[in-house]
Amino acid sequence: MRVTFTVNGRQQEADDVWEGESLLYVLRERMGLPGSKNACEQGECGSCTVRLDGVPVCSCLVAAGQVEGREVTTVEGLADFARQRAEHGGCGTGACGTSLQDAQQWEAKPQDSQTGEGAELSPIQQAFIDAGAVQCGFCTPGLLVAADEMLERNPQPTDADIREALSGNLCRCTGYEKILDAVRLAAARQDRVQEGAV
Amino acid sequence: MATTGTPTNITQGSKTKGGIGESTLRPDGTLKVTGEFAYSSDMWHEDMLWGFTLRSTVAHAEIVSIDTSEALAQSGVYAVLTYDDLPTSIKNYGLEIQDTPVLAHGKVRHHGEPVALVAADHPETARRAAAKIKIEYKELPVVTDEGSATADGAPLLHEGRDDHHAGHVPHPNIVHRQPIIRGDAAEAAKKADVIVSGEYVFGMQDQAFLGPESGLAVPAEDGGVDLYIATQWLHSDLRQIAPVLGLPEEKVRMTLSGVGGAFGGREDLSMQIHACLLALRTNKPVKIVYNRFESFFGHVHRHPAKLWYEHGATKDGKLTHLKCRIVLDGGAYASASPAVVGNAASLAVGPYVVDDVEIEAVALYTNNPPCGAMRGFGAVQACFAYEAQMDKLAKKLGLDPVEFRQMNAMEQGTIMPTGQPVDSPAPVAEILRRVKARPLPPERQWESSEGADVRQLPGGLSNTTHGEGVVRGVGYAVGIKNVGFSEGFDDYSTARVRMEVVGGEPVATVHTAMAEVGQGGVTVHAQIARTELGVAQVTIHPADTQVGSAGSTSASRQTYVTGGAVKHSCELVREKVLELGRRKLGTYHPAWATAELLLEGGKVVTDGGEVLADLVDVLEGEAVEVEAEWRHRPTEAFDLVTGQGNGHVQYSFAAHRAVVEVDTELGLVKVIELAVAQDVGKALNPLSVVGQIQGGTTQGLGVAVMEEIIVDPKTAKVRNPSFTDYLIPTILDTPTIPVDVLELADEHAPYGLRGIGEAPTLSSTPAVLAAIRNATGLELNKTPVRPEHLTGT
Repeated sequence: MRVTFTVNGRQQEADDVWEGESLLYVLRERMGLPGSKNACEQGECGSCTVRLDGVPVCSCLVAAGQVEGREVTTVEGLADFARQRAEHGGCGTGACGTSLQDAQQWEAKPQDSQTGEGAELSPIQQAFIDAGAVQCGFCTPGLLVAADEMLERNPQPTDADIREALSGNLCRCTGYEKILDAVRLAAARQDRVQEGAV
Repeated sequence: MATTGTPTNITQGSKTKGGIGESTLRPDGTLKVTGEFAYSSDMWHEDMLWGFTLRSTVAHAEIVSIDTSEALAQSGVYAVLTYDDLPTSIKNYGLEIQDTPVLAHGKVRHHGEPVALVAADHPETARRAAAKIKIEYKELPVVTDEGSATADGAPLLHEGRDDHHAGHVPHPNIVHRQPIIRGDAAEAAKKADVIVSGEYVFGMQDQAFLGPESGLAVPAEDGGVDLYIATQWLHSDLRQIAPVLGLPEEKVRMTLSGVGGAFGGREDLSMQIHACLLALRTNKPVKIVYNRFESFFGHVHRHPAKLWYEHGATKDGKLTHLKCRIVLDGGAYASASPAVVGNAASLAVGPYVVDDVEIEAVALYTNNPPCGAMRGFGAVQACFAYEAQMDKLAKKLGLDPVEFRQMNAMEQGTIMPTGQPVDSPAPVAEILRRVKARPLPPERQWESSEGADVRQLPGGLSNTTHGEGVVRGVGYAVGIKNVGFSEGFDDYSTARVRMEVVGGEPVATVHTAMAEVGQGGVTVHAQIARTELGVAQVTIHPADTQVGSAGSTSASRQTYVTGGAVKHSCELVREKVLELGRRKLGTYHPAWATAELLLEGGKVVTDGGEVLADLVDVLEGEAVEVEAEWRHRPTEAFDLVTGQGNGHVQYSFAAHRAVVEVDTELGLVKVIELAVAQDVGKALNPLSVVGQIQGGTTQGLGVAVMEEIIVDPKTAKVRNPSFTDYLIPTILDTPTIPVDVLELADEHAPYGLRGIGEAPTLSSTPAVLAAIRNATGLELNKTPVRPEHLTGT
C-alpha cells in the first residue's frame, strides 16, 4: 500500500508498504530517518518515541497505515520544531493549533550529516550534551522527544514530574542522573529566556 | 549505490585548553542528539537484503533433519544456509576456546542456538521463510547445575574436548577451575572467636544494552567483505571471522559502526559471521538486526553463581581466615568463562586483609544460556557474597558494619591472596568513611504539603501505600575490581596520531581501533591529544581494522591502555615535530637546542614559557604521523594449584551506601539514595567519570531488586526474553546517586589514572541488599530480592 503523511513538516510518501509495517520501520527504512531507534520493538523502552499529531507515541507500536494523513515529528525535526514553537508561541503541531499554512511552510533544515557542525539545536538537545546526558546515545532520541513534550506542558517540572514523564524511556548507560540534570537545565534556561523577554 | 550510515571523521575544536582534567563535551554529542549518528542498525544500502537467524526451540537435542526447501521456495528469499553451507573446515569460533558452532552441527546445546540463516528482501519475508524451515529434534536430557553436570553418566556438553583447560579440570563439564591457597585456613580458623558461613545465589543478569546486535556486510569486488558492526573489539572479531569465511584477514575490512551500549555483551560474536556468509553467498549487501527477543539469545549473560563462604574473626574484630567456593554457570559454550573464574577466585576475598585463605572457583558447562563477560566480570558475584559475610560478622561481633570493614580494609602494601602486593593507593577505609559521613536523606521524604507523593514511595504510582508499613534501612558495601586484562595476557593498544595544518590551523588526528560504546573514549582521546600536542582542533578518525588493535572496550581498560597508547604516540609525534622545528627554525633561537620544549596553544614554547614558533610554521607543507603500540606492565598467570602469581595490573575501588524504604506488607522496595565514593586516580573527564559511576551503580541496583533471566530448571529454556518480563531500572526506580570522587594517583598508569567503569557495579548490589536486610531483619541470600522474599508468601 501507499502511505502519505507529514514528517517534520514535510509531506512524505512511502510505496509498497506491507500492512504489518510499523511507523518506526517506515521512518527508518523507507524514509531515510533512522533517528528514531529500534531498541525493543515492543513498546517497552521508548527509544522510538515520536510525536503523532503532537502526542508522544512509541512508533514501533503504530501501524504505518494508521498515520495516513497525519503529522509526525521525529528527533530529526526537533530543533526546527522547537524553534518554530519559540517563534510562534504555540507547540508547533496540528494538535496544538498550528495553522495549516505554518505547518506547510515549516521544513526541517538539512544539517551537515558528517559532523553535525552547524546544526542548530533545540534547548533540550543542547542541555543533553551540556549535562553529560548522552553516553551511547541510543535512548537519547526518544528521551529528547519525550522531554521536549513534557517541558512544553510543564515548563517548571519537579524532579518527581520529570521522573514520571520519562518513566517510559529506558536508559542503560547513565543511571538517569544526568538526564535529570539535562531536563532541569533546559527548564532553567527556558525560564531565563522568558524572564529576559518580560 | 553507496552504503549510507558509514562513519566519518569527527572534528572537535575547543575554546579552552580542552585537555585532560576538563569536562569537555562529547565530540559525537551533536550527532547523537540530532539523530544523525549512525548506529549499526541504521546502516542501509539500496539493494540490501535482510538476514534472519533461525534458533533452536529446545535446549539440548540431536538434530535429526533439516528441510529448507519450502523456505527457499518463498518469493523474495535469496539464500538459506545451514551448517552444510559453511565454506571451510573451520566451523567454530570463540574468544578463548573455539567451541561455539557458527551454525549448529548435528546437535544444539542451549535454547536459542543458531541453526539456519535466511536472506530475503524484507525482514518479515526472512522471518516467515525461517518459520518454514523444518527441523526435527530428538531431545536429550539437560544439565542445568553443578549436581546434574557432574553426576555419574551426566551428558557431556563437549565430548572429547582438548582445549588447554581440559587437562586440569576435575570433570569435562567444568570449563576451568582456579584454586587459591595461601597460609593455612584450617589452622587460622582455630584462632577465630566467631565463624560465620553462608550460601549465596546470584541470578543471571543481562547486559540489556539498548542498541540491538546489528550490522551490514557488503561483498567487495576482490572477493572480500566490508563489515560495519557494533562490537567491543574489532580485531578480536576479525581473528574469529576471517578463518570461518576462508578469507585472509586483510579481505575482511571491519569498521566500527555506532554502538548502542555493550557492558560485556558484545565481546563475543553475534551476527558478524552470519551476515558475511549471507553477503558472500548472495553477492548482495546483507543487514541483520536482532529484535529484543532475539537479543536475549544473541549474546552471553552474566554468570549466575552459587557461592559458599566461611569467614572467621577474633572478638576484637580481625578477620582470621576465608574458605570459599564459587560455582559459576557458564552455560553451553566457554565464552569468557575461564577469565571470569580467574577474577572470581583472585578477588574472592574482597578489599580485605586475610592471610589464610582456601578459595576455589569453577565455571560449569551446562545446557543453560552461555554466560561470559559483563561489567564487573566475576568480581560482582564475589562482592555480593563477601559483603553479606562482613555484615553477618559485624553483627555477631556487635561492631558497626563500616568500622568492622575499616578494621580489615586493605591498603597500599597489602598482599593479595595471590601473593601479589597492592602497589598503588587502596583507600578502602577512606571511601567507606566518605559514604558514611554523608547526611542521610530526610525521614518520610515522601511527605509534601499536599500529602504523600506516591511517586516517592514503594509501589509508586500504583498507589499502594501512603507510608503505612514502610520501613527504612541503610546498608554499606565496598568492592575491588581488577583493571585491564590479567593473567599474563599481552594487553596492548595501538594509536596512530597525525599532526598537520588544515585550514591554517594545526590539527591532530587520532586513529585507533578502539570501540566507542558510549563510555567516552573519543572524548578522552581528543583531550589527550590537546594536552600533549597543544592544539585546539582534534579529528577523531573512525575506528576500523586499517590500524592496529586497540584491545577490548572491557575490563575498565580503554582509557588506561588505548588512552596510554594515544598519549605515547602523541609524545612520539611531539618529538618529531620538535625535530622538524629544530631543522627548519633552530638557527633563529638558541633555546631550540638547549631548553626543554613543549607544545602549547598552537605554539612551540620553552619550559620557561618563551614562544619559539607557531606550530603552523613548523608544520607548513609537512605532516607528522606515528603509529605505535603501548602496553601496560606485564602480568603472570595464576598457578593452577596454589593460585599464586602477579596476575593483575591495577585495582579499582568503590563504596556505596544505600538507603531504602520497604513496604513490608507488600514486599515492595524503593531505593531512596545510592551514595558512592570511588578512587579514580585521575579524572581525565570529570563529567564522564561521574556518568560512568552513576551508570554502573544503576546496573548493580537492577540486579539487587529486579533483574534476572529466568531459566526453567527442567527444560533449560529462557522464560523472560523481553523488556516486558526482564525488567531494568527506569528513571522512577533509580534514586539520586551522589558521587564522591577521589584522585589518588597510581604512579604506574598514564596520568595516574585508574580504570573506573566496573567498580561501581560491584558494591551497589550488596549495599542495596544490606539496606533491605537492615530494614526487614531478613537474611536475603539471593539476587534479585523479590516481593515474596520479603513477605514470606
